[in-house]
Amino acid sequence: MGAFHKFTWLFKSRQLISALLLMLSVLVISTLNAQVDTFEFENEVQQKRFRTLSNELRCPMCQNTNLSGSTGGVAEDLRREVHRMIIDGFSDTEIEQFMFDRYGDFIFYRPRLRAETILLWFGPPMFLLIGGYLALGIWRRASSTTAESASLDPEQEAQLQELLRNKY
Amino acid sequence: MSRFNFFIPAIGFFVLSLILWRGLYLDPKELPSMLIDKPMPEFALTTVDGNEISNADLPNRMFLLNVWGSYCLPCLIEHPTLMRLAEEGEIPVIGINYRDKKQLALGWLRDNGNPFTFSILDESGRFGIDLGVYGAPETYLVDADGVIRYRHVSVLDEGVWQQDFLPAINKLQAESYAQ
Repeated sequence: MGAFHKFTWLFKSRQLISALLLMLSVLVISTLNAQVDTFEFENEVQQKRFRTLSNELRCPMCQNTNLSGSTGGVAEDLRREVHRMIIDGFSDTEIEQFMFDRYGDFIFYRPRLRAETILLWFGPPMFLLIGGYLALGIWRRASSTTAESASLDPEQEAQLQELLRNKY
Repeated sequence: MSRFNFFIPAIGFFVLSLILWRGLYLDPKELPSMLIDKPMPEFALTTVDGNEISNADLPNRMFLLNVWGSYCLPCLIEHPTLMRLAEEGEIPVIGINYRDKKQLALGWLRDNGNPFTFSILDESGRFGIDLGVYGAPETYLVDADGVIRYRHVSVLDEGVWQQDFLPAINKLQAESYAQ
């Protein structure tokens, strides 16, 4: 609790609050930055599929945006292609395969589970497990040592009191 | 044994540093092409000059396929290299005029010179999708059988030609002699 108390000044600072609000508003704006679709669909299911696909496919050129949020030329072409394939009756799996054949694993924000992507999928949980195991070991050892050192026999206790008296 | 446990974090740190240090020098734009060792996609389009063109019109020898556009500034940087390769007859260069306007493309070729045997007109970028193109400039090395063997993203200057393309070409030629 004491450690937390040290940081309460942070929450009192007006500048900090305004800075946080500013950051939040930037985040909100960036999520609203999706490209306006002028595509027409036969029904809402198609429209929904288009939205899902263009959110899950990554723009190859701009790397950190999905198709729906990118102004890049390739992204524009790929959005048009996704729209055409939906209208032509291709399934989501077929559209994803079409993209994979041309752009590879990179096109998916959630890459397929393959030999090449296995580390990508299981690397982070593996490191979490290793880290957790190590942390648990350290925590166990630390708690056992403090319990030991806290208990002094009467002779040690007398010695301690003697030392403390001499100090002042 | 427990004496050596002491070194485990240090070793772990060292290994991780090595991996991350190597990561600093990787180019995130260098994405593997899915079309390596695959035949060039089927196409039936026109050239910027208006002639009909398809796979059958491609050279029967190794050639470069260069993705370019009149809007593309880096294309001007690699332009002298492409001109030299074409003029010295080192390798034919086929252009793909990608997401451009025909008139602008013709003007660009007139102003800067035309290194291309012909340029395939891809105004919509649809052929680019089949090739897995991200944007101009990009250059593919295609062998005599029309199979894509190598891809370079961004500028192809003399340095890239010497360092990347010549070894790739030599390797392919050695392979074909061996057969």
